[in-house]
Amino acid sequence: MTMATMNDALAGAHGKGHKLGRDLAGLAVILGLAVVGYLLFPNNLALLTRMTAIALLVLSLDLVTGYCGVATLGHAALFGTGAYASGIAAVHFGITDPLLMLACGILGGAVAGLVCGVVILRAHGLPQLVLTIALIHLFHEFANKASSWTGGSDGLAGIAPDPLLGHFEFDLWGRTAYVLGIILLAVVFALLRLVVRSPFGMLCRGVKEDPIRIRAMGASPKLALMKMYVISGAVAGAGGALNAISTQVVGLDSLSFTLSAESLVMLVLGGTGSLFGALTGTIVFMFFEDIVSAANPFHWLTMVGALLIAVVLFAPKGLYGTLAGLAARRREARR
Amino acid sequence: MQTVFSIAVDALAYGMVLFVISIGLSVTMGLMRVVNLAHGAFAMIGGYIASYAARDLGLGYGFAVLLAVFGTIVIAVPIERLLYRRIYGAPELTQVLMTIGITFCIIGIANYAFGPTLKTVPLPLALQGSVDLGFRSIATHRIFAIACGLAVAAALWYLIEKTAFGVKLRAAVDNAAMAAALGVRTEIVYAVSFAVAVGLAALGGVVGAELLPVEPYYALRYMVTFLVVVSVGGAGSIPGALAACLVLGGIDTAGRYLVPEFGEFFFYLAVIAIVCVFPRGLAGRAGQ
Amino acid sequence: MSAIFEVRNLKRSFGGLAVTNDVSLAMAPGDRIALIGPNGAGKTTFVNLVTGNLTPDSGDVLIGGESVTRIDAIGRVRRGLVRSFQVTRLFQEMTPAEHVALAVLQRDGRAGRMFGHFLAMPEVMAEVAELLGKLGLSELMHRRVSKIAYGQQRLLEIAVALALKPKVLLLDEPAAGVPQSDTGRIEQALADLPADLAVLMIEHDMDLVFRFARRVIVLAAGTIIFDGSPSEVTKDARVREAYLGSYANAGHAA
Repeated sequence: MTMATMNDALAGAHGKGHKLGRDLAGLAVILGLAVVGYLLFPNNLALLTRMTAIALLVLSLDLVTGYCGVATLGHAALFGTGAYASGIAAVHFGITDPLLMLACGILGGAVAGLVCGVVILRAHGLPQLVLTIALIHLFHEFANKASSWTGGSDGLAGIAPDPLLGHFEFDLWGRTAYVLGIILLAVVFALLRLVVRSPFGMLCRGVKEDPIRIRAMGASPKLALMKMYVISGAVAGAGGALNAISTQVVGLDSLSFTLSAESLVMLVLGGTGSLFGALTGTIVFMFFEDIVSAANPFHWLTMVGALLIAVVLFAPKGLYGTLAGLAARRREARR
Repeated sequence: MQTVFSIAVDALAYGMVLFVISIGLSVTMGLMRVVNLAHGAFAMIGGYIASYAARDLGLGYGFAVLLAVFGTIVIAVPIERLLYRRIYGAPELTQVLMTIGITFCIIGIANYAFGPTLKTVPLPLALQGSVDLGFRSIATHRIFAIACGLAVAAALWYLIEKTAFGVKLRAAVDNAAMAAALGVRTEIVYAVSFAVAVGLAALGGVVGAELLPVEPYYALRYMVTFLVVVSVGGAGSIPGALAACLVLGGIDTAGRYLVPEFGEFFFYLAVIAIVCVFPRGLAGRAGQ
Repeated sequence: MSAIFEVRNLKRSFGGLAVTNDVSLAMAPGDRIALIGPNGAGKTTFVNLVTGNLTPDSGDVLIGGESVTRIDAIGRVRRGLVRSFQVTRLFQEMTPAEHVALAVLQRDGRAGRMFGHFLAMPEVMAEVAELLGKLGLSELMHRRVSKIAYGQQRLLEIAVALALKPKVLLLDEPAAGVPQSDTGRIEQALADLPADLAVLMIEHDMDLVFRFARRVIVLAAGTIIFDGSPSEVTKDARVREAYLGSYANAGHAA
């Protein structure tokens, strides 16, 4: 009993140092993987940059689904809005500085997060799920119809960002975009680690477990979820903007149900409720996609479906969650 | 006046097709509390089977319908046994993932087997052409679709209200644990309801092929339509589902006729408005 | 009369049946009141009306002289009316320290802060340690709630309520479901509640009522039929009728 208590107390006292260590380790892993990716696939930086942008979308989805318990099939609405906001700023308003475009994307995503949050948080359970699906279709239809602004089904082309910081041109090989993406991902990751561990992050975990208890504490679950939706929108918007800057085109597929569902698959594949899980899921899924769709594009959707069923049946905590659980159990056994 | 009449007939036919497809979803959701996103995929399978039977095998329409219904049940029952059974009582996210996984698989396979093009189910001569009502004429197929909807509603009403199975079904919907304690074999009730639900979906998929064309992305395209019927009408409620189908059919059809350039925009807007106004459904226990 | 909490002529009916019928009561700081009544007396409805989860048909609820009848449940908590739950509502995946820290931070309006960690906030941790220490939960501070005993969860429920520094505390059967061996610890915790806190306890266990309450209110069929000292409650004719009339076997209550 006393031993266990000691361990618990130590875990508590050392929690902070331990977590800081994990933050740094996380950043080191991101940067390390980025360098490895650069060295291994110097001709395929576009894929790696897209992976980074999607990783931002999946991180953003993890905030509302993993940390707050809102199941959504419409999260690409935030990503796509960020992409269009950044693209429209460049094409129609001449804002071609990449950092300003990024800011437009973040703002657009945050606004979309606010709008989606207001609608989605009105209902619970099945009606809530229906709202998320209806919203992504609505955004998609809207972007399709507003073709003078968005280019409709042809996509919004002609985005020509200035050199980054006035020096680094967006080259044909996508090196600048890649570096920008990795730095953006690292910064967002570090910020989100702060947020999920803060009092606010703790409040959100409470909302996920029992909103009635949270109300009895005098806090508003809805307000907490709204805030998280706006943050989530900003993160997804950053991802969308990165995609717009790097590919220099925004297509309707960035506002699609399929992208929403795929981002959910990536999150669950990696493991919900953990930022590392979100990253793991994105990387594994997108490499998988690259290989399978190159080999046999016809069966891509079948493979995704089978993958999803397999994860639900055999690894409900996701790849990272399962591995982390195993590691924790081994550590406990050694004590 | 001509337009109003055409809209009304089309809306009624469309609503009835929606009803035939989604009523099974509504009953199974009320019964097993599973968020089943794959229901539309079963309607699509029905459409494909009927199309294959009628066009490639040259079978008659009636025979094609029967083959579609039973073929879909034969395909769906093992899926229920192997996959659905594991997610009864699981968290909502798990159910969403599993059923969307099933949907993706079915879409992928359909795309591979039948290609991305639209498939039609050729109508028999008796259902082609139109019926003259004296002041207007209506496409025979629309009348057939409406009749199917009414027949399904009546048959379900009879099954649920007047038969021994209906008593068990209602007991299990109200309180599955209590029903089981009273000796109702809920597993069998679940399995039979699932089969009936899938069969009705397939029937709706074939009868409605003129209005909801059969193609691989059918299951995703109409997913929200079927789900909203359940969430607005209330899981397990026949009158609720009927009302929701007619309202949605009306909105969608009117939108297509009056503002075709906006496509589905108003439909989704209406869906969002309806769910926001009735977050607990028109008549039922959805959202619990 | 300095009532910290007051209910005036509260009425609520469901489908023509008056479940709460003209209930009034006032509490001063330091009061220890037990609210009892046979099943179906309307205790749950009363709690829901007072906490703001139900709206009354008529009547008023006041906290510190301010009417909160039109203020929602969250606003009432912020004004100092805190409740505990009959069946514990705790976050199974979180630790007692996190529970209490969240309540402390929420009380101070800092639960929305997006940086820092409560373990690194000495003033929060001091309060967490003190509260959990008082309730004998220090050793379990960093263990997940799903792994601690139910009796200890009940104590944590009280700790969370106290961390909100309430003026009025509504305890809904604080010892329900706790094995006999652990009730002593809970009774001790109730005896140690801050002296100036007004406490309204809803309870079935008459032994606990007699040890804890200095005033007993009996609710039957939606109205208060008795309001007085514990020593008089068993002698009151209407109370005997309310209990014995409907529950002939409830001997210990009479």
